[in-house]
Amino acid sequence: MSQPTSSLFGLGAEFSSAGALLEAAKKIHSLGFRKWDVYSPFPIHGMDHAMGFQRSRVSLFSLIGGCTGLSVAFILIYYTSAINYPLIVQGKPYFALEPSLPIFFELTILLTAFGTVLGLLLLTLLPRLHHPVFNWDRFQRATDDGFFLVLESTDPRFDTTSSRQLLQGIGGLYITEIFQDPEETPNPVRPETSS
Amino acid sequence: MRADNPSSQAAFAQAAAYLERQPLVSNHRPLSWITQHVCQIVEERAPKWWWILTIVFGGMATLVPAMLTYLVSTGVGVWGLNVPVCWAWDITNFVFWIGIGHAGTLISAILFLTRQKWRTSINRSAEAMTIFAVICAGIFPAFHVGRVWMAWFLAPIPNANAIWQNFRSPLLWDVFAVSTYFTVSLIFWYLGLIPDLASLRDRATTRLRQMVYGLLALGWRGSNRHWTHYEKTYLILAGISTPLVLSVHSVVSFDFATSIVPGWHTTIFPPYFVAGAIFGGFAMVLTLLIPFREIYHLHDLVTDKHIDNMCKIILLTGSLVGYAYSMEFFIAWYSGNPFEIYAFTNRAFGPYWWAYWAMITCNVAAPQLFWFKYCRQNPWVVLAIVMFPNTGMWFERFVIIVTSIHRDFLPSSWGYFSPTWVDITLFIGTIGLFVFLFLLFVRFLPIINMFEVKGITPQADPHTDDTNGTHHHSLSTHSHGASQVHA
Repeated sequence: MSQPTSSLFGLGAEFSSAGALLEAAKKIHSLGFRKWDVYSPFPIHGMDHAMGFQRSRVSLFSLIGGCTGLSVAFILIYYTSAINYPLIVQGKPYFALEPSLPIFFELTILLTAFGTVLGLLLLTLLPRLHHPVFNWDRFQRATDDGFFLVLESTDPRFDTTSSRQLLQGIGGLYITEIFQDPEETPNPVRPETSS
Repeated sequence: MRADNPSSQAAFAQAAAYLERQPLVSNHRPLSWITQHVCQIVEERAPKWWWILTIVFGGMATLVPAMLTYLVSTGVGVWGLNVPVCWAWDITNFVFWIGIGHAGTLISAILFLTRQKWRTSINRSAEAMTIFAVICAGIFPAFHVGRVWMAWFLAPIPNANAIWQNFRSPLLWDVFAVSTYFTVSLIFWYLGLIPDLASLRDRATTRLRQMVYGLLALGWRGSNRHWTHYEKTYLILAGISTPLVLSVHSVVSFDFATSIVPGWHTTIFPPYFVAGAIFGGFAMVLTLLIPFREIYHLHDLVTDKHIDNMCKIILLTGSLVGYAYSMEFFIAWYSGNPFEIYAFTNRAFGPYWWAYWAMITCNVAAPQLFWFKYCRQNPWVVLAIVMFPNTGMWFERFVIIVTSIHRDFLPSSWGYFSPTWVDITLFIGTIGLFVFLFLLFVRFLPIINMFEVKGITPQADPHTDDTNGTHHHSLSTHSHGASQVHA
């Protein structure tokens, strides 16, 4: 068996409410921790600010998607109607802005949606089906009614003893060491479920 | 002095109680109750009524492939449409179904942007309804093209004829609008499902459920580093879906409005179609939601207030539609164009008078009952009333399409359209398909958006004193804890 600390992912604590978690997050952020996260069944108002996040960059991907969509629509219509096979229909010009607008609009929207979702997946590194936090048995409640905070061991300020005291001091409950390897975690998770 | 008077104090208390907003989740339900109550629908054994309904509607749905096979193997002549009525039940059904879908997007996108928190209990099922309605809608134009095996000509793919699509045609705009609408609605729906699929994954008791919901949930773990991007994504998708939904039915109306047919060639069509779509869509949302609310005891989540709000939207949009009907008549008269005037006189008093007056009764008269509080508060009365818009919106499309073209400019090209049994059976089949898909949805996916409903409960507000669950809401508590930062 390898040394337990070598595969230690972090230290998890549960909090009693969204408000308690928000206060704890403010404290951890003010202490300068970088590798940590909170987990909740719904987004908590003010949490982004408490954790010191900047504005999400998803909108950049939306913009890129939208610009691509508009360009694709323009090239598609202009190339096919005015260059590749110019065809007079009802005496109308080969290319005009007005009849092109609906398709410009629709393709812009379509590729904005694609860009946005792609951006979300890239920024969140999802899909990722396995994660050490899932090795903690109480963590299942993160999608039900549990509020969790996890300090990761890779953070330079992390120390098993002092971080535990810190979490206790700010109201953390059920403080547990979370391991990379499910075998090492007490109460192995993804419990082999029986009906 | 007057305030000290006990009787006026009582009056104040009464007024305060009256003005107090009804909570969006009744009975102070805890978060875990919401998860349990919604997930249980998916997790318990399928009830007997579900099997019966699914078999009945699944059987009805098989009429769709049966009728389409018959249509393709025999020829489009099995439908009743012919010169001069070349667009009939197929396009009526297409516009009917696509319109129904619009309420789902309105609830999920427009009510989100306008911060209407009551949307959270109904958006999931309404979005599902959108997707299924668009599936039903897509069948009709695809087969209306006649040679369905050549429907791929609608896509800009290089082909042996070396000819491209006519991008100036509203029918091609429609292809782009409807396919974009379907794709974006699907993405939006799935995005909203991810956190709830994670809830189902974490509660799964069988390996199969763990695998399926686990894969679909993409490994969602409720991390705030994810929520921050997730919320932004949701906002952007809501932002782009809003003009999208308005554009789709506008583009559908261009199919008619850009032609020179009297009765179709009107500028009022885009807003009129959008209002009608929202009107018919909300009626369908209520039609589906009221029975499931009763069956699954969702009264604390889909409260009477939700139904009341939806009834008011139906009243508003129904009145807008009524205004559009009368304005069409006014403009027809005001235009002085004899063909235009004739098209509308013929609509109300010609051979299809029954369809026109059915439309007026169902869409303009019936929703006026929602002025009365009693009608909005009693779910069964609501269910009875919304059957009128459901029917009326089908008649509206029939009236617009068929009455406008059945009498062409010259009396030599006049005709009368009657549907064949294939027309009727195919439409019944799509109703079966729609309900069948919705029954599958209710069985396998959470019918209520759990994480959003949790987010609007009092205990979700981090500034709430959670010991008594009361909600101290004031401007200062919402300033992102700025006071603490400066302190």
